[in-house]
Amino acid sequence: MTDGRPRLPGRRRQLAFAALALAALFVACGGDFPQSSLRPQSDVAREIDSLFRGIFWWAMGVLVVVEGALLFTVFRYRERPGAARPKAVHGNTVLEIGWTIAPAVILIFIGVPTMLTLWRIDGPPPSSDVRVEVVGHQWWWEFRYPDLGITTANELHLPVGKTADVRLRSGDVLHSFWFPRVSGKRDLVPGRENSLWFTPDSVGVYPGQCAEFCGTSHALMGMRLFVDSPEDFEAWAARQASPQEAEGDPAPAEDPMVTAGREIFFGAGGCISCHAIRGTVAAGVIGPDLTHVGSRSTIAAGLLENTPENLAKWIMDPQEVKPGNLMLDMGLNDEQAGQVAAYLLSLE
Amino acid sequence: MGTYSGGLWSWITTVDHKRIGILYFVSSLFFFLVGGIEAMLIRLQLATPENTLLTAQAYNQLFTMHGITMLLFVVMPMSAAFFNFVVPLQIGARDVAFPRLNAFSYWLFIFGALFLNASFFFGGAPDVGWFAYANLTSSQYSPGHGVDFYILGLALAGAGSIVAALNFIVTIINLRAPGMTFMRLPLFTWMTFVVSFLIILAFPPFTISTVFLLFDRMFGTLFFEPSGGGDPRLWQHLFWIFGHPEVYILILPAFGIVSDVIPTFSKKPLFGYPVVVYSGVLIAFLGFGVWAHHMFSVGLGRIANSAFSGLTMLIAIPTGVKIFNWIATMWGGALRFKSAMLFSIGLVAMFVIGGVSGVMHSSAPADLQQTDTYFVVAHFHYVLFGGSILGLFAGVYYWFPKVTGRFLNEPLGAVHFWLMFIGMNLTFFPMHYAGLHGQPRRTFTSPAGLGFEWFNVVSTIGAVITFVAVFVFLVNFIRSLRTAPTAEANPWEASTLEWSIASPPPVHNFDRTPEVRSRDPLWHDGIVLPAAEEVFHMPNPSYWPLVTAAGLLVLMTGALVGLPLVLIGGAVAVVGIYGWSFEPIH
Repeated sequence: MTDGRPRLPGRRRQLAFAALALAALFVACGGDFPQSSLRPQSDVAREIDSLFRGIFWWAMGVLVVVEGALLFTVFRYRERPGAARPKAVHGNTVLEIGWTIAPAVILIFIGVPTMLTLWRIDGPPPSSDVRVEVVGHQWWWEFRYPDLGITTANELHLPVGKTADVRLRSGDVLHSFWFPRVSGKRDLVPGRENSLWFTPDSVGVYPGQCAEFCGTSHALMGMRLFVDSPEDFEAWAARQASPQEAEGDPAPAEDPMVTAGREIFFGAGGCISCHAIRGTVAAGVIGPDLTHVGSRSTIAAGLLENTPENLAKWIMDPQEVKPGNLMLDMGLNDEQAGQVAAYLLSLE
Repeated sequence: MGTYSGGLWSWITTVDHKRIGILYFVSSLFFFLVGGIEAMLIRLQLATPENTLLTAQAYNQLFTMHGITMLLFVVMPMSAAFFNFVVPLQIGARDVAFPRLNAFSYWLFIFGALFLNASFFFGGAPDVGWFAYANLTSSQYSPGHGVDFYILGLALAGAGSIVAALNFIVTIINLRAPGMTFMRLPLFTWMTFVVSFLIILAFPPFTISTVFLLFDRMFGTLFFEPSGGGDPRLWQHLFWIFGHPEVYILILPAFGIVSDVIPTFSKKPLFGYPVVVYSGVLIAFLGFGVWAHHMFSVGLGRIANSAFSGLTMLIAIPTGVKIFNWIATMWGGALRFKSAMLFSIGLVAMFVIGGVSGVMHSSAPADLQQTDTYFVVAHFHYVLFGGSILGLFAGVYYWFPKVTGRFLNEPLGAVHFWLMFIGMNLTFFPMHYAGLHGQPRRTFTSPAGLGFEWFNVVSTIGAVITFVAVFVFLVNFIRSLRTAPTAEANPWEASTLEWSIASPPPVHNFDRTPEVRSRDPLWHDGIVLPAAEEVFHMPNPSYWPLVTAAGLLVLMTGALVGLPLVLIGGAVAVVGIYGWSFEPIH
């Protein structure tokens, strides 16, 4: 039993190494975190963040005390050669009561703010300035503004300082709506309506994504939140609410690419069986509404920048870009895909 | 001594709890490698953003099977290996109460595990997560056979767990040696007792929900189908009524192990024995009332969320009490840092980290940001790897001499421990940051530019180190099995009954059933051996448990292949039960 002595220098070295590695990690990770829950930009997200920070420091206190006690014990009471057998202590009632009550007291300091925060954020919205209906689909987001006559996809616009009253439904399986900068998660449950509210307080663009596993391309179900100034939001809403002109009625100086693309979209491409463009005969309900797809910054649920090349790639081979999704490869060639992309980008 | 002699047939027909324990252990070690390779593939895929090493379909199968394998085919059977080998020895019994039923449990487990893993070769493994949330699992959204393999494989393995749990409850109540009162039971036996109750209470809701799902998929019922009035949330409730107690099924055996190891290597009795026992029972009890803390984002309303928040926080109290008592056991002791002790101290240190992050997401509003992110992945790996796996390795180093009569190499054990300790921290610690900064779970890829890159690189490096640690253990394990058997009866100077008999123990364990006079019998002259030689009967080997389990395996396969095979499997199982019933026992 004599080789039971701890290898102290080695252990200290390893601890120091681990500490250094962790410190390096903090430094290396001091970058920009656009999707971070620790950089809140709304009333609800700020409430959650300050609650979390309070709990965090209580937890750190407990961690330091317990790990400190453990380390002290391990170093202090290692076996020493020739020492007498330790006294057999079977317990101590006062200590037991003490370390039962101490965590209970700490839990009061965590539990009370938890309940208060929960009561404020998990109830009906304080006001309902902008109503939004969210429908989750494998693997994209449908956003409707019932009061504004807008239906769009994957990019949510909200005016700064107004409370968004968000209703959540699912078109197929479970999803979870999550923009970490403005709110916690809320699931989209098939057959039910869920709700959520928050008031964004800073103009900006914030990424979000589905947070409940929803099948093959769950990882590719992103979205973007644009928090606009009131004027920008007004302008955006007015444009989005307007329909497109009917097909077969091209503007005088239209790009021939666009004209050709429109022809394919409404004809051989078969696009209208799934997609809608308000103001035209395209009224499909399976895929995203494309009325103003040219005004979006991304396509395929936040996956690709909305450029002619990316759009053409997506149209040509949707399964390669997003495995398992419902969009069909309609067998268009390079040229045709480019033309359809040109037409779609003209829908601003 | 004859304990392990005999050919393959003697292992197939064995009903000896020690041999069955070894079968469980070797099987769980195999699946530990399988689950570890799955983990390595996952980490390699996530090492860089937008990586294309794995397809989305492959990744989803791997994360699903990694979870199922590690929880149900590694931690549970490795715990069962110790239940089997150690518990009868700790209570002074010659075997478990129902030896053939014990063999039957093992065969059900191994058939279930192999059946589920066979899905990789027959059209793809389940790819819906170990939690398999409805309605993604419906035949509409999961048309392949992956989900069917999940249902049928876990039905087999789950039945094995329930049967084994009943066996251990009966064994611990009825087969204790004279004087081995409940408040003298070693902590590992106590936790086996508690976990067995958790298993028989938690598995049936899961079994029922998989039967519902099976009916939805095969016979068109609508339990979870929203268009027919079903509710996908029903699955979530039923699953977590099983799934949360399952967490304690996974951790309490490890708690039991370290509660035996720490006193031994501190040369002090366990501090606050009754409090450690009661806190284990209380954790198990509270564990049934907190399931909806996995569902804070589901929208159950603030009343439900605050109730489940509060109940979840309460679990921190008995858990903290256990940790304080372990530290108090070491306080004032003479600590010997054998590998088993290193792993036990590692458990205490790592479980505390998992515990405090657990308190962070017991708070429902905070959890709305944390759930389904890597923060939760970090949390439960500190609990399950830092807790269960380190605890089970403590048990491996501790009881290896008792099982084999040989010692695992101590310096290699220390290398194993430190590599694993550093590896797991590098793997899981950065995940806290990744999660809080917005990286969701169960994604086969993540876009560049969200700031997760470095966290994921470090995690992958840590996973490689952990894998090397497992390799060091395997080398140690195989090398040590070839050394000369030098272990005496009680090499660690431990206090419990299993150390009073030879290493490895004879087939019948105890020549004379001891009478126990104290909680630490080997430290306090607490054993009185009866003078008279006893007459004892050992059960005969039997192949009927294997036949019955094989029949059930064929029946489950038939559910995928066709009715004739169902009937054949059912017939074989009935013949197995018949043969079993009329077989002479001794």
